[in-house]
Amino acid sequence: MRAKIIGVALAFVVLALLPFVLSEFRTVQLATVGAYFIAILGLDVLTGHSGQISLGHGAFMAVGGYTTAILMANHGVQDLWTIPIAAVVAGAIGLLAGIPALRLTGFYLALATFGIAVALPTVLKKFDKFTGGSTGITLFGKPTQTGHGVGVWGMTNNTWLYALTWTIGAVLFLVAWWLLGSRFGRSLRAVRDSELAAAASGVNRSKYKVLAFGISAAYAGVAGALYAINIAYVSPDTFPVQLSLFLLVGAVVGFFGSIWGAALGALLILFLPDIVGVIPHVDTKQAGPTTFFYGMVLVALMLLLPLVLRGARLLSRR
Amino acid sequence: MANFAQQIVSGLASGAIYGLLGLAIVLINRATGVINFAQGEMATLSAFLCWTLIDHGWSFWPAFGATLLLSFAGGAAVQAVLIRPLQSGPLLGVVILTIGLLIAINGLDTWIWGGAPRQFHGPFSTAPIRVGGVAFSKQDIGTIVVAIVSVALVGLLFTRTRLGLGLRATAVNAAESRLVGIRVATMLAVGWGLAAALGAVAGVMAAPSLFLEPNMMQTVLLYSFAAAVLGGMSSPVGAVVGGLAIGVLLNVTGTYVHWIGGELRLATALVVILLVLLLRPQGLFGRAAVSRV
Repeated sequence: MRAKIIGVALAFVVLALLPFVLSEFRTVQLATVGAYFIAILGLDVLTGHSGQISLGHGAFMAVGGYTTAILMANHGVQDLWTIPIAAVVAGAIGLLAGIPALRLTGFYLALATFGIAVALPTVLKKFDKFTGGSTGITLFGKPTQTGHGVGVWGMTNNTWLYALTWTIGAVLFLVAWWLLGSRFGRSLRAVRDSELAAAASGVNRSKYKVLAFGISAAYAGVAGALYAINIAYVSPDTFPVQLSLFLLVGAVVGFFGSIWGAALGALLILFLPDIVGVIPHVDTKQAGPTTFFYGMVLVALMLLLPLVLRGARLLSRR
Repeated sequence: MANFAQQIVSGLASGAIYGLLGLAIVLINRATGVINFAQGEMATLSAFLCWTLIDHGWSFWPAFGATLLLSFAGGAAVQAVLIRPLQSGPLLGVVILTIGLLIAINGLDTWIWGGAPRQFHGPFSTAPIRVGGVAFSKQDIGTIVVAIVSVALVGLLFTRTRLGLGLRATAVNAAESRLVGIRVATMLAVGWGLAAALGAVAGVMAAPSLFLEPNMMQTVLLYSFAAAVLGGMSSPVGAVVGGLAIGVLLNVTGTYVHWIGGELRLATALVVILLVLLLRPQGLFGRAAVSRV
């Protein structure tokens, strides 16, 4: 426990110092990583700890992103205030989605959430009065709506976006850590490991599964809001089905849905193209090779993980 | 009325494609209890293979035959190399692996063939046939015929051959099949091969009307999931009937329900999936799951 606290404190210090050593370009990239990080934290709560798989988390990010975009562009709300509203809206939709999800086990939940991710862009395009259709929404109408920290301690707009995203990310990490270590987290894992045993021990399985959905969606909503603020624009193509799938890759890479690996997964989503670019004769200017390697990372992990776990067990037996 | 008949036939034609891919999904689900999320992308890859052969001067039917064989081999290889090691572990692992395959094959297609949609000249012309004042497209009729022949062949294989008996036995109870001397590992690989070949038929038949590009089957996959779910997820007949029903439903609502139009087809399929899963999880033809506690 003490090691973990020291580790987290060190990570926070590194996060705070990074903008001083990195270029503006990297800083703004890391702000996007922060948004992925928050979404993956949410997915960790849902898939890692309550055992409910979601292939549609990009859809909850879209709810958050569009909430922020519509509030800012059409109602002149300041960007900071839209973030909690995005969390509440996405969280409420998540709670509602969690109720039918109770009846869908394993594959069927994967299938239904996959369907939501595939269908979402077309629905966003259909209701164009509200969502701006395929043109999307440009976020910033007035300069007073955004960039509150610019100029404070010499922050540029990019460092401000970084600071905003990662401050929220750090807080949400601590919240997730506390939640998952509490009675709530234990109940979730009990339900995941055996619904019957959990119910027999007096755990209300429906309540915890639905709550996990709501919390997870609220995280994704915040992630979507920050993502939208970072790129200052949303359109149906901002949240394609690939985003949902990459989030799952991120969650799996981050030690199988443990919040400790969420940052690793988030980094991978953004920087895999750069890593792939190191391989000779591979042109990463087009999307193909990178996408291919995203998939192969997942395939390789699923194949190697059982071996790694078995090896670890053999070693520890000695 | 003539227009309505046309809509029904073209709905049946796209429905036949959904049914074929749905059947592939059901075959794998029955045999191994897994939903293969990569089924659509495997079909797209097959269609690209067929296109490449035709591009190298092959005529359509030999290229189609070669594509089916290659797809069969590919599907069996995927099962033997990637799925088998995970088969004994938690099923969620296999699902995530098939999602990895989905992403990887999509990337591979883009890598090799590029993302731009290309024309795929199918074996059937788009010229109309007139039957009693109603014009049907030859392509639609041809697609339906190919689908019927494929499903009939698979049906015969399953019910009339020793291999089919082995496949069915493995699907019902793998452990006991092994005891009576059925090569279960081979059967599972053959099952994946068959599913991949069926998917190849779907992909090649879909390519002329959808244009060939890496994401071609992504929407078709959702319609095929809807077909399989509507048919009960474990019923081969159900998947085919479900596919035809979804094809007609989407075409008719798309044409006559103005609000849905062309834009909400995916959402309609999603609603079908959700309604069936929530209200009647066993679908039209499936058996209700009973679990002993």
